Amino acid sequence: MSGDDKLPGGHEPEPWIEPGHTYASVTDKISSVVLTRPLGIGWLLGFAFLFGIVMVLNLAIGWLITKGVGIWGINIPIGWGFAIVNFVWWIGIGHAGTLISAILYLLNQKWRTSINRFAEAMTLFAVACAGLFPLIHTGRPWMAYYMFPYPSTMGIWPQFRSPLIWDVFAVSTYGTVSLLFWFVGLLPDLATLRDRAKSRWQQVIFGVLSLGWRGSARHWHRYQSAYLLLAGLATPLVLSVHTVVSFDFAVGIVPGWHTTIFPPYFVAGAIYSGFAMVLTLAIPLRKAYGMEGFITLRHLEQMAKVMLATGLIVAYGYFIEFFMAFYSGNKFDVFLAKQRLHGPYAPFYYALILCNILTPQLLWFKKVRRNIPALFVMSLIINTGMWLERFVIVVISLTRDFMPSAWGRYSPTVWDYATFVGTLGLFTMLIFLFVRGLPAIAISEMRELVHEDSHGSEGHS
Amino acid sequence: MSERRSQLFGVMGEFSTPESLLAATKKAREAGYKHVEAYTPFPVEGLSEAVGFKWTAVPLLTLMGGVGGGLTGFGLQYWVAAITYPINIGGRPLNSWPAFIPVTFELTVLGASIFAVFGMLALNKLPQPYHPVFNVERFAQASTDKFFLCIEARDPKFDLVETSKFLQSLHAQHVNEVKDEE
Repeated sequence: MSGDDKLPGGHEPEPWIEPGHTYASVTDKISSVVLTRPLGIGWLLGFAFLFGIVMVLNLAIGWLITKGVGIWGINIPIGWGFAIVNFVWWIGIGHAGTLISAILYLLNQKWRTSINRFAEAMTLFAVACAGLFPLIHTGRPWMAYYMFPYPSTMGIWPQFRSPLIWDVFAVSTYGTVSLLFWFVGLLPDLATLRDRAKSRWQQVIFGVLSLGWRGSARHWHRYQSAYLLLAGLATPLVLSVHTVVSFDFAVGIVPGWHTTIFPPYFVAGAIYSGFAMVLTLAIPLRKAYGMEGFITLRHLEQMAKVMLATGLIVAYGYFIEFFMAFYSGNKFDVFLAKQRLHGPYAPFYYALILCNILTPQLLWFKKVRRNIPALFVMSLIINTGMWLERFVIVVISLTRDFMPSAWGRYSPTVWDYATFVGTLGLFTMLIFLFVRGLPAIAISEMRELVHEDSHGSEGHS
Repeated sequence: MSERRSQLFGVMGEFSTPESLLAATKKAREAGYKHVEAYTPFPVEGLSEAVGFKWTAVPLLTLMGGVGGGLTGFGLQYWVAAITYPINIGGRPLNSWPAFIPVTFELTVLGASIFAVFGMLALNKLPQPYHPVFNVERFAQASTDKFFLCIEARDPKFDLVETSKFLQSLHAQHVNEVKDEE
């Protein structure tokens, strides 16, 4: 992940932005998508379709509230099912945005600039979808405020020693901080849109949202200070969130969950799936809006490298799970490991290995990393694999715990699928709205990049 | 705008590169102007020092937010688990502090982030929908590709004619008066 050092052959690496761009051309190109470009038939049809899927989500949640969680496939002993699988999957996807924005910012990686904005938006939408699942999984979402500590007339308080309460704090903090980070990043761009807007209502909306930003040197000084601090704060935060999510499992004594490898391997898996989702979105987006000059092939290749690296950490996690099960000699752990290979859900485990470990090895080849259709397919495979991982973790352990009398089987119902597909629709619909409503690439940061490029990289990254 | 009383806020010069703005800002300070402000479409290194701005309270506020958030987080959990709602489970200690770390950490980050963002906005006096510089028509370019230097009228050395000439001598492309409408 070296920034802009010379390649071994002594020739300059490809630039992070298409040559020939100026401050004005970058601004024009990105802001015109929001301000002047008419809504195309493709966007409208896509939006209508996604809106339909969101209505399916509404229906599924409405029916759930009417009938209760019995409409899902969950039972005793498998009380978690799709709701928690999807929660962990979505929250994992939500990790790439803040990783790109915060960690790559601290590491001074220039390639974050053209992808950070929509990766952050993706994070927010994914966290929103994630948060929905535990909420409706309670069966009585209108009572969800019970999870927060407040002086109730019943005189009871949350159990702060429970990972489930840690989760409430971790996810709500993550959502809040991601929103703040995103908004701070947007602020100068909202001012740009305000100044360039032609119609009155655009001027009013962006005028209000930009808070009167005028880009004075004093403003920028405080702004950069706050942004750097936020990046520093969000870095441990992003690592903590999936750690806490993994505690939901690892703190319990259920075989297959009670392992110390869970926190690091969950975090790596989250980044893995997050980058896969960034690719899934970036590839069509750059094509549809002609952003190939900003999100270059080199960006895609860089993301593929991150996927390869985090994928290998995940593979190591799978290996250690098996190793520890057999090394410990604990008969329940050994049994569970064998259940993964030979139990009723074994096909899911093999599919998981195929999607998450075997297929991504193709990314070792530069030809594959620079082949856009291959990367797109790969990103979909990895996201499927990460979903399967959570399914394997939740379902196999719960169906095969200590006593055979407590064993069970799990199969999702149509309502489980409707809810899951519904959140996919919600997520994509929000992305559709975001792309046309706000600048999908950070304009002021792109201008900075143009500035740095025009003065040669001073070799400080 | 009809006959509204307006007073002079300052004089503003326009530049097309960050380097020329930075050089002009330094010269303005050297010439003895104190109330100088520069406006740019992206942060320019060294510019805030050039306008005479050195220290910001944002990091201090962030630290306060973080410490406050952390103390709130731990204090809340200690008070709930050990004082107001103690649950004795097999005689385990009520102040089980290792179990309180995740929430303490999250609230530390939350407090620090909120203070960083809202502290930054408050110190920048935002939201502020109206500012005299917006009255200059060309200032809309300040968020695209132009760089502006404004010498404010409250500066003791300010003189409309002299200061305008001074800005022109720095090769400013357009020199405009900035009017403040009351």
